[in-house]
Amino acid sequence: MRGYAGKFLEIDLSNRNIKETKFPDEVLRDYIGGRGLATKVLWDRLGREWETVDPLGPENILLVLTGPFTGYFPGTKVCVSGKSPQSNGVIGSTVAGEFGIDLKCAGYDGLIITGKAEKPCYVFICDNQVEIKDASPIWGKKARETLRFLVRKSIEEIKDARPNYGEVKEPSILYIGPAGENKTRVAAVVAKYAHGAGYGGYGGVMGAKNLKAIVAKGFGPVPDVYDKEKTLSLAKGFSELNFEMERFRRWGTGGGGYFFGAETSSEPIRNWQNEWHNKESYKGEEFDKYWVKKNWGDFGCPTTCLKLAVLKTGRFKGAICDNPDYELEAYLGTNLGIFTPEENIYLSYVSNELGLCGIQGGAVLGLAAELYEKEILTKEDLDGIEPEWANVEAFTTLAEKVAFRQGIGDILAEGVYRAALKLGEMKGVDLLKYAVHEKGVAIGAHGVRSGKDFIAKNIAYACSVQGGDHTSTASLPLDQGSGELSTIMADSAVFCVFAAFGIEDIKMFNFYEAVTGWKLTKKEWYNEKALRILHLQRAMLLLGGPDVKWKPKADDDNPPRFWEPLPSGPYKGKTLDRKMFEESRLEYFRAAGWNENGVPKPETLRRLGLEDVEAKLKEVSLIK
Amino acid sequence: MSRNDQVWIKRNYENCSGCRRCEIACALYHEGKIWPEASRIRVFMLVPGVEIPHLCFQCDDYPCVEACPTEALSVNSQTRAVNVDASKCTACGLCIKACPGNVPHLHPEGNYIVICDLCDGKPKCVKACQEGRWNTLMPVPREKEVSYKTLAKTPKELTHEVAKQILGEETAKEVID
Ligand code: SF4
Ligand code: SF4
Ligand code: SF4
Repeated sequence: MRGYAGKFLEIDLSNRNIKETKFPDEVLRDYIGGRGLATKVLWDRLGREWETVDPLGPENILLVLTGPFTGYFPGTKVCVSGKSPQSNGVIGSTVAGEFGIDLKCAGYDGLIITGKAEKPCYVFICDNQVEIKDASPIWGKKARETLRFLVRKSIEEIKDARPNYGEVKEPSILYIGPAGENKTRVAAVVAKYAHGAGYGGYGGVMGAKNLKAIVAKGFGPVPDVYDKEKTLSLAKGFSELNFEMERFRRWGTGGGGYFFGAETSSEPIRNWQNEWHNKESYKGEEFDKYWVKKNWGDFGCPTTCLKLAVLKTGRFKGAICDNPDYELEAYLGTNLGIFTPEENIYLSYVSNELGLCGIQGGAVLGLAAELYEKEILTKEDLDGIEPEWANVEAFTTLAEKVAFRQGIGDILAEGVYRAALKLGEMKGVDLLKYAVHEKGVAIGAHGVRSGKDFIAKNIAYACSVQGGDHTSTASLPLDQGSGELSTIMADSAVFCVFAAFGIEDIKMFNFYEAVTGWKLTKKEWYNEKALRILHLQRAMLLLGGPDVKWKPKADDDNPPRFWEPLPSGPYKGKTLDRKMFEESRLEYFRAAGWNENGVPKPETLRRLGLEDVEAKLKEVSLIK
Repeated sequence: MSRNDQVWIKRNYENCSGCRRCEIACALYHEGKIWPEASRIRVFMLVPGVEIPHLCFQCDDYPCVEACPTEALSVNSQTRAVNVDASKCTACGLCIKACPGNVPHLHPEGNYIVICDLCDGKPKCVKACQEGRWNTLMPVPREKEVSYKTLAKTPKELTHEVAKQILGEETAKEVID
């Protein structure tokens, strides 16, 4: 077996049991790693009673998985998964950083974490030394303090174990902030200061397990690949493509704030009431004076599209974060009526410190602000906070309330969908029309109404098995490089899609073969393997529960706001065409092998070897 | 080769992106594998955003070589890099203690020290860094007037210095101390 370390670590926090687990080659060949493998593990272990599994209960399984591309593909990520507290299905949520590299160098392809620790703990992995340690000194602590403590302590421990080694390099760390500790559904799993796996809400899952952090250090090499020369030469070609992308290298996705907001009318403004802003805001150049002229990338990354941003003067002096990428420009910027980079950077910093997902957290702040604007929520409801658009201080206080689940924050911590439900009940009105989400997941900052966004077209979110996740959107035909089945490859082999811009997928399959030695044709991927993973995700999404279930077709729809015509901008008056949307959706269902209601057909399930899924869906009467 | 043809690797710490492509290139050249810990250049990130590529400074008087009791270390007369004879090295760690920058480190699996050998005069890390146009690692001619030893510092010391530049004094203090 090449491209894999060959073993996984299974850690049961309830009885502090740690063991090594292996998967047969066939399982790795079919499910690859990352999102695919997570889906398989979750189905096998929790599928039978999926509806009853509480994502924030001890029975959930947290997966942190690499893939065979980890270490060799230029630009690295690691995939976090489990039953999602947002969608009640499975989401593959990736985060940048060296964690996957350290894990592989320690000899593991991934972690399967079960149960719940009695007291706050963190997992420490250094090669084959794996320990569950006490996290009480950092429980309740924000990002900076958590990291400072763990880096220092871990280095000391590694030094003790290797006394003559010389200087010891810091380990890689995944951790949560207060938002995760307090089991909010809008909490990210964080790396460094500001890289987060936010989709899914797995920060809350870590919190529910009393797991503050996972520390990994590996001293071994990245596992060998099947054909080294070929792997390296393909990787070199990928890098060269990236070296040419000047704009992207200079501003990363943050260069999009102007493009999406002003030109394509697809950026959220004031809780998506608009998707257009006038031209002066958020041009890449506007940010240049706040980032410290420092490119920032992760292991092997040729684009280093991240930038370190530091506010060195002014009222928010001392804030550090990744220079907001496009999503944060939107969700901690325009969507809250904030149009100045300085305030945008500050709020991103606040969100990072709390361990909130910038998108999910920003979305719920936007919802609160609109409800306040409409006088549905009053100052009293909001514990005295008045979240007017652009009021950074108010949003900061509100973000704290969310992360600590205090007062109104306790409801907002449930994410846009559940918060709208609860507040609606409280007020006796329907507030769901203000919740811009897809299956409980706040939608990425790419609107569908203008039709000009390059990733988000009519059924992009409505049909995606990851709900509002803008990195995994549905489109037709199924076997095109930009659709969800192609993202399943990125999330399963685990590589950074931003370092894969412009690479034809055939090269990915060649790379896969060079790394693993296993042949994988495009046809096999799109017609069989990716489709199988998609079906498992779809099945678990439809089973849902215990607090929320999605109805096929009825919930495979855009949020109400996306049916409101755009109120301004070059695409003023435009919205989706209902009939065309329904046609596309039906076509998508058919292409995926689902019936006209969006339920996987028995014959499709059988063709994919998923008879147990068929049985389960029958048991709950989703299929006859 | 005259002294001025010899390469010295200049580091612009504030430019480092933390991409570790230098580590990958070094390990592939010396170990035939992607192996961050076996790389002769290691990028430290004791504080996120403050990345320190750390490798031998080629001190003029080579305290590491002086300190080695088994003559495992020698100075390459061509490149002026420190060469390690792994078969003679007992991993006693005296070179690390003698080095003002704590540069040498043990090979993660073998029982011997590794130190940058300048890839026989064609540094692979520099090439990788230059390809990406980060210009963190720059090859410069080795100058008589410069005392390279004064540049040799530990990762911690360098992090303190660079963090002050990047984050400002107060913030640096807060995130490090
Ligand atoms: S290649 Fe250059 S920019 Fe990248 S980590 Fe090494 S020194 Fe830093
Ligand atoms: S920096 Fe350290 S390893 Fe390099 S020559 Fe000086 S003492 Fe020796
Ligand atoms: S010059 Fe060669 S040996 Fe020295 S750090 Fe760079 S790649 Fe490694």
